[in-house]
Amino acid sequence: MGAFHLTIEGLHVSFGGVKALTGVSVSAKAGEILAIIGPNGAGKTTLINTISGVYRPEKGRVRLDGQDITHLPPHRIAGLGVARTFQNIALFKGMTVLDNLLLGRHVHMRAGVFASSLYWGLAQKEEVQHRKFVEEIIHFLEIEPIRRKIVGRLPFGLQKRVELGRALALQPKILLLDEPMAGMNLEEKEDMARFILDVNEEWGTAILLVEHDMEVVMDLSHRVAVLDLGRKIAEGTPNEVRDDPVVIQAYLGSRPRAARGFGGDA
Amino acid sequence: MINRECGVLKTSYEADMALYPIPLARSTVLGIAIIVFLPFPVLANDYLLSVANLVNIAILGALGLNILTGYTGQVSLGHGAFMSVGAYTAAILATRYHLPFWLALAAGGVMAAAVGSFFGIPSLRIKGLYLAIATLAGQFIIEWSLNHITWISGGIQSSIYVPRPALGGYVINTQRGMYYLILIVVSLGIVAAMNLFRTRVGRAFVAIRDHDVAAEIIGINIFRYKLLSFAISSFYAGVTGVLYTYYLGIANYEQFTIVTSVNFLAMIIIGGLGSILGSIFGAAFITLLPILLRYVVEGIGGLFFTISDVAGVLTNLQLILFGGLIIFFLIVEPDGLKKLWRNITDYFRVWPFPY
Repeated sequence: MGAFHLTIEGLHVSFGGVKALTGVSVSAKAGEILAIIGPNGAGKTTLINTISGVYRPEKGRVRLDGQDITHLPPHRIAGLGVARTFQNIALFKGMTVLDNLLLGRHVHMRAGVFASSLYWGLAQKEEVQHRKFVEEIIHFLEIEPIRRKIVGRLPFGLQKRVELGRALALQPKILLLDEPMAGMNLEEKEDMARFILDVNEEWGTAILLVEHDMEVVMDLSHRVAVLDLGRKIAEGTPNEVRDDPVVIQAYLGSRPRAARGFGGDA
Repeated sequence: MINRECGVLKTSYEADMALYPIPLARSTVLGIAIIVFLPFPVLANDYLLSVANLVNIAILGALGLNILTGYTGQVSLGHGAFMSVGAYTAAILATRYHLPFWLALAAGGVMAAAVGSFFGIPSLRIKGLYLAIATLAGQFIIEWSLNHITWISGGIQSSIYVPRPALGGYVINTQRGMYYLILIVVSLGIVAAMNLFRTRVGRAFVAIRDHDVAAEIIGINIFRYKLLSFAISSFYAGVTGVLYTYYLGIANYEQFTIVTSVNFLAMIIIGGLGSILGSIFGAAFITLLPILLRYVVEGIGGLFFTISDVAGVLTNLQLILFGGLIIFFLIVEPDGLKKLWRNITDYFRVWPFPY
């Protein structure tokens, strides 16, 4: 896994007249947690969507281990080891937790229509073998009691966890997490943070984390990149970024009033 | 079927992933299989057998449409036309090229699958109602072609008479023989579908229905799987068309019009979308309801009016009641008959306790 590298070079994405990303370059390597932060509308989700192939950039390149994946369709990119979760959960709501996770194994399975409909030889062996793998993830995420439950009827926090599980089932080289903590209470956030760290440490999976909760970002990430209005305005360790005046300005508006000395004035 | 999983312990994933993991369900299914294979065809008269044949043929067709519409979420109004492709393919091969029945059966299915996946190509770009219109166009194109290309239809009236099906020199010329033949094909179709939807390909279909963007993100080639779904669904339709043709002894496009397509949609909606049991319930319901209604109307009407008066209103009354019952069922249980069945089995699952 050592050689793994995701490189994004000068990405330009726009929708009509709106420039969502202008010349964003960023990279992540194996075993790294890279956080992408920025105010609303900064282009964080657009960046994830472009990496996973949902959006097509006008300019720029996305490279995975040196291979250009910029114009590959999403399902091919997934096959190369890029998994993601969504800001607003995108699970298969009518299916069980087990089926959702097994779908994460789709790219690793081979059985075709004929073998499947006979449930013979390869198809059965494969199903059982991948079921075993999925059970390991279920164990890891501590969701054993709900494996047969229909996903749409689970509470929000658990759905987020199942979605992480589905992404993990793909055995990704890089995991793109779009606000994994959004809408969670403290306990759920702690669980999720623990899972993210464990995945990163045990499997050496690179993680690209988009998150609004600054405490989480500062605690988890090795490096932070800051986007504002589609541009990268800063990059560095959490501490460097926290003290960067440009970042503070992007988050709090032009120079804080207190600094100018007439706080309280309208 | 009847689920009492209490006390059933599994020690391997193979056992957990079996078609019927619960022993009681297994024996229920076995019991039903024995009844439909042994006492029923022996005891039933020809009329009852011919009705059973119609139901079984409809089950296979409904199953096919459910694979596409219920499981993959692609609405199709061309199911009837895909059946006619199978029907005419088999009829032409059997009469002009003297192919044996089983080869004609397979060829009918394969040809329908090819045509079906061709008309499934628009599904890459359009969904829902728009796809329904596109498949409706397919229905009319196929219908028109059968009707107007004399090479296919054999000229006047667009009908091709087919010989009785024969398997290895044994000619099947009774309703009972047809019953066994159709039952075997339909059973194979049901088992294949059940297996399909507990493995990789079937899961991908359902994933596309539930969330197509997410399906693509986890590595499912949407276009390929949509076409595959069209192909499998149309294969079922084609085989249904072939069976129907041999059942009637004639291939005729009038059996496979838009009305047929809508009827099959009604079957899977009433039976339950995305359910194999639902396909069976729906097919039986839509096929048997008009027959039962006729008996009811004739029986009750005969008490008060003359037979000719009853016959006069029968057709219309049948249609009115038919429509009324469909609306009634959809209001009472929008998820179809399979949901009603599920409610009953869920109740008995823990019986005699409330939960």
